[in-house]
Amino acid sequence: MTATSAVIGLAWREARAARRRLALLVGAIAVGTAALVAINAFTANLRRSVAGEARALLGADLSFASRARFTPRVDSLADSLACGGSTGCGNRATVTSFAAMAYVPARAGVRLVRVTAVQGGWPFYGQITTTPAGAWSTLQGARVALVDPALLTALGAAPGDTLALGRLRLPIAGTVDRVPGDIGIAAAFGPRVVIPGALLEETGLLQFGARAEYEIFLRLGPEQDPDAIAKQHRPALRPERVRIRTVQDEQQSLGNALERLGRFLGLVALVALLLGGLGVASAVHVFIRQRMETIAVLRCIGATTRQVFSVYLIQAAGIGLVGSVVGAALGLAVQLALPSVLGDFLPVQVEARAPWPVVALGVGLGLWTALAFAILPLLGVRQISPLATLRRPYDASVRLTRDRWFWIAAGGLGLSVIAMAVLEAGHALRGLAFAAGIGVTLVGLAAAALALVRGLRRWFPHRLPYVWRQGLANLYRPANQTVAVVLALGFGVFLLATLVLVQHNLLRDLRVGDGVARPNLVLFDIQADQAPGVDSLLRAGGHAPPAPIPIVPMRIQALDGVPVRPAAVDTTDRPNQPSGWAVRREYRSTYRDTLVGSERLVAGTWWRTGERDPAGEPVSVSVEVEVAAELGVDVGDEITWDVQGVPVRSRVTSLREVEWARFEPNFFVIFRPGALEAAPQTYVTLVRVDSAAARGGLQRAMVERFPNVSTLDLSTVQRAVDDILRTVAAAIRFMAGFTLVAGLVVLLGAIATTRLQRMRETVLLKTLGATRRQVVRIVLAEYLALGLLATAAGLCLASGAGWALAHWLFETRFALPGGALARLGAAVIGLTVVIGLWTSLEAFRRTPVEMLREE
Amino acid sequence: MLRCAGLTQTYPSGNQALTVLQDISFEVTAGEFVAVIGPSGSGKTTLLGLLAGLDRPQAGRVWLDGAELTTLGEDARARLRGAKVGFVFQSFHLIPTLTARENVQVPLELRGEPGGKRAEELLARVGLADRTHHYPAQLSGGEQQRVALARAFSTRPKVLFADEPTGNLDQQTGARIIELMTELNREAGTTLILVTHDPELASRARRILRLADGRLVADTAA
Repeated sequence: MTATSAVIGLAWREARAARRRLALLVGAIAVGTAALVAINAFTANLRRSVAGEARALLGADLSFASRARFTPRVDSLADSLACGGSTGCGNRATVTSFAAMAYVPARAGVRLVRVTAVQGGWPFYGQITTTPAGAWSTLQGARVALVDPALLTALGAAPGDTLALGRLRLPIAGTVDRVPGDIGIAAAFGPRVVIPGALLEETGLLQFGARAEYEIFLRLGPEQDPDAIAKQHRPALRPERVRIRTVQDEQQSLGNALERLGRFLGLVALVALLLGGLGVASAVHVFIRQRMETIAVLRCIGATTRQVFSVYLIQAAGIGLVGSVVGAALGLAVQLALPSVLGDFLPVQVEARAPWPVVALGVGLGLWTALAFAILPLLGVRQISPLATLRRPYDASVRLTRDRWFWIAAGGLGLSVIAMAVLEAGHALRGLAFAAGIGVTLVGLAAAALALVRGLRRWFPHRLPYVWRQGLANLYRPANQTVAVVLALGFGVFLLATLVLVQHNLLRDLRVGDGVARPNLVLFDIQADQAPGVDSLLRAGGHAPPAPIPIVPMRIQALDGVPVRPAAVDTTDRPNQPSGWAVRREYRSTYRDTLVGSERLVAGTWWRTGERDPAGEPVSVSVEVEVAAELGVDVGDEITWDVQGVPVRSRVTSLREVEWARFEPNFFVIFRPGALEAAPQTYVTLVRVDSAAARGGLQRAMVERFPNVSTLDLSTVQRAVDDILRTVAAAIRFMAGFTLVAGLVVLLGAIATTRLQRMRETVLLKTLGATRRQVVRIVLAEYLALGLLATAAGLCLASGAGWALAHWLFETRFALPGGALARLGAAVIGLTVVIGLWTSLEAFRRTPVEMLREE
Repeated sequence: MLRCAGLTQTYPSGNQALTVLQDISFEVTAGEFVAVIGPSGSGKTTLLGLLAGLDRPQAGRVWLDGAELTTLGEDARARLRGAKVGFVFQSFHLIPTLTARENVQVPLELRGEPGGKRAEELLARVGLADRTHHYPAQLSGGEQQRVALARAFSTRPKVLFADEPTGNLDQQTGARIIELMTELNREAGTTLILVTHDPELASRARRILRLADGRLVADTAA
């Protein structure tokens, strides 16, 4: 037998004796690998599906999109590209979409919908699924509407009913079930209503101030290269504020968005794997201490440190290999569940497959994690002297920090974590930041765990009844893994609690439910001549509407006298130039004399109420602070506006900070009264109507009299945002759940390493007269304390992270949702206690006579 | 104080039942010091387990201080042990997470008594007054066994069972432990059942029960 095979044989025989413990370490690695393989495989499949359906996502080879009606120049460009110069042809389609109120005269409800008026043969590629099948192809030329199934539910309508849309009345011919590239969640904001483009004008809805998206879709010949055409015409179309999109653009932007979510979830999965690694490290550390005598004996009979080290390294590699292979198989199964978790966000149907490179990567990462984390504590083996056979030192901890190899291994471990994070993030800086984040969190958790454990020891509650004290004392048993377990469990708590906090703080500002005296109905697109009518209709319903808010659409013509050419300002790589977005966009401004609750002046002074700017002088404006930064303007600068063709000079006299998170009409630019009163404008009115029935009645009365006035029910919007956040949160929680499972497996592993000792103690206590009830209470106390420590450490850190996110990222007030966090904490503590009691069952069953047998 | 009649214990071994004890009967009066001796595998430890109510016999009955152990449930036997029985083991079996004093307190605390003062007294009695706050790992073998002895006497037991109490100690330390044990036995009037295979140790007892192959082969006064 060669030395190598002897070492492998020894590793195998050693492993056999500790099967249960090794199985748990395999589990710890498997959970993380499963999470990683599941999300990576899913992302890979999603990417493939998006690429496969790319042309269907756009439905054409090329599209032009604009916020305004196309100029004749753009129109003829489209004709020349798709129709060989003749006016209109089968290769060209127009789609106009806008928000409007829809209702079924025979039924009670009314709903804000997204109207899509389609003219021509769009989509040229891909299939739109309808019920009844084929309804899409007969839409053109018919006087019917196809609607989202959600609208039928909302209005209590059925196919065949008549739909009222502005002045238009159309029978509902069927439902649109699937449009390529459409995400299901979008219907929550406004269900889709499709009408033939020829009927668009008949609705009478596209009046002044209405916001619509105009699109032209083109099918090109095989000899035409859409990307080259887009590149050629983009500069000329930019001043017209027309965007060109190709299949490749569409695929890229969709791919990017999905990739970001996938990458983020992949990083969460990586945490689960790292926690598994931590579990391995902790178990190996304890294992080495327990095997000290065995190792010393091996050394006595002539084993070299290298051989002894190899024995345990081979075991770690075995754990890593088996764990990652099992995990990869598990991950492939889990990815089948992901489409149902993320379903409403997916623009394409994802076909589940096993992408072998992803599987191989997962197995590699799992194996590597097990090894990298095992090596550090394994180095302790090298310091065990054969002398330990004769005299076991009281202080069994080995001083690793004096070992040069310790620092090399620790550095290697740190670099591996960074490398894995960069790999998962697909971006060096983001990966580094994430690795740093993990590091800070782990250090924070470890500090919290250590402080809690030390604090418990220092201020030990000596007055507690005996069973509780015994339970707590067990947390410091020799070879305890309290800190590692608190760390592993705490990380799961941390991730889940942070999620709860973010969700709560984001949603809080949207609450318009009972008990909050905020307006919950927004009436917009009120034309000037309709304002008195709307007001009296509201008053007739017993509501007291505040003065309607005027809205004047305008664009920027010049900054400090220099005309802006939208064509020139596009690039983002010139930091000192105003950004293209801020210069090109349409501004919907208002004029008033006072600041509102969501605004705060940060620079300059607010104008005096009741006074006007002197005639001939530029009018005073207040600009929102962030858009001012984008435009590169400050107090004192001059902006010239194009208000429906009329130039209006203005001077910035103040900058405002705006709390956008609240659903209130807020403005980038506010004019001092006096200059815009005569400009074409629409009005917005806000009103609070408490009962849902009254809201519905008011909306219906409004739309019947003023079909073009849209009513936004904020409780519907809130529900929609709630739904979206819930779906995102469910996806993240699904992955974060893996970290919690990894934590629980680490806990199980830690229990397994001290199993014999625990059993012996329990039996001893029974021998000394402890009843089963007392023994159960000791176990209960121990795991209750462990769960509490982990939960407290995780919650402390999550509160910090949640506050930081609320303060810096979402810029909103921070509040702790006590109930939700308490439920999470209780669940984790409960799980910990259940696992503790469950693993102690064997000890409870044993009779005390075994005490004597172990002599 | 302690009586057994027709004690028989068998364990399944492979396909056969292995008879470890067969029809053992004897009686021990209060305050007696009895040694149970016999070679390895003669059933000494099994007998001890049955007498202390740690296990139930296949057949036969055991009475301890008037209570019939063999009719009691596990928790009832545990309570009886807590009240009337003390143990000293070959490998001490102290709880590693508790200090010497806390270890001595355990049986008292299981009964709901504080016992801090009693523990201090007993530790002083076994010569460990200055080691009360040490953990077992910080004590030598002899010191650990002395803590175990203090623990065994903490509840003022009527019967003390000692299973090879000197097996893991050197001769001199072992002798000290036995001395202590007999002293405490005399002071408190405790009945002492000592299991050993060491004839010299057994010779300190006033009565010797000899086991061989699971049978009681001799019952002699020393």
